[in-house]
Amino acid sequence: MQAEEKLTYETWPASPERSTLEAKNKFLGFWLFLGGETVLFASLFATYLALKDKVPDSSHHLAKDIFELPLTLTATMLLLTSSLTSVYAMYHMKNFAFKKMMVWLSITVLLGLGFLGLEIYEFNHYVHEFHHTFTSSAFASAFYSLVGFHGAHVTFGLGWILALMFRNYKRGLNLYNAPKFYVASLYWHFIDVVWVFIFTVVYLMGMVG
Amino acid sequence: MTNQPLSSSNPRVDLEYRRRKNAEEMRYQVISFTLMIFLTFVAFGVVAIKGFTAWFVVPFILLLACVQVVFQLFYFMHMSHKGHEAPSMFLFTGVFLAMIMVWAFMTIIWW
Repeated sequence: MQAEEKLTYETWPASPERSTLEAKNKFLGFWLFLGGETVLFASLFATYLALKDKVPDSSHHLAKDIFELPLTLTATMLLLTSSLTSVYAMYHMKNFAFKKMMVWLSITVLLGLGFLGLEIYEFNHYVHEFHHTFTSSAFASAFYSLVGFHGAHVTFGLGWILALMFRNYKRGLNLYNAPKFYVASLYWHFIDVVWVFIFTVVYLMGMVG
Repeated sequence: MTNQPLSSSNPRVDLEYRRRKNAEEMRYQVISFTLMIFLTFVAFGVVAIKGFTAWFVVPFILLLACVQVVFQLFYFMHMSHKGHEAPSMFLFTGVFLAMIMVWAFMTIIWW
């Protein structure tokens, strides 16, 4: 099958994300990248765990003083739901339903923006309420590096999905762009995988003490 | 994947089968999403109640996180599907290195 071939509902392959050579390469290369990202995030998690609550003196706040469960729970629900909506988008991609895919991708982007808004509010709150800034302690540096790096991934993911949506708005689905949508959705799920460990290791374990 | 042979001489039949298979898979996705939401609430609940010791809570919520990530990887990211041998190798190599790194930082470097 050729990438530029005009396909119909009848001729659309069962696995459009891996039907051309380019798609197969993209698929394989992206998973290699995700393996590397796992190591990258592990180094930030390891640094955070080693430096957790390491502050110069008692005037600095510790993890259990600054985190609030309701905010983290709301952010978690937004990101987890956005993961499901991108699964819906890929379900419609496999059924060659371009418009439905775009609708679900839009919902994914909106939920992702909600998550990002909460994170910005949260960081702003820590800086102004607790003077917990990037340079205030080893604990704060490790915290903002880890959570901020995840937030940067969310931002990049949103930009990526939006760029794909705008670029292919009039084109419809073909074997050239289907793998691109698929790989972007894998990236979005990976962001959620990392967040599961962030809310567990940083926030919940932080509240436990 | 190129030029997949159709399972019957009538392409419509194959199409119907695929559509139903996709719909069935989507149902499993929704079930795994429900379980993930449930696991999240359990993890937050155990911490919010404050009645348990840290020796129980920390391993327990880490276990819940791992279960949730397995759902995410194998269902949402389709790692349970065929043709994911190389992706599994890449990802598990990453996980292996990740565990060594966290272990090293927590036991050797700052002590």
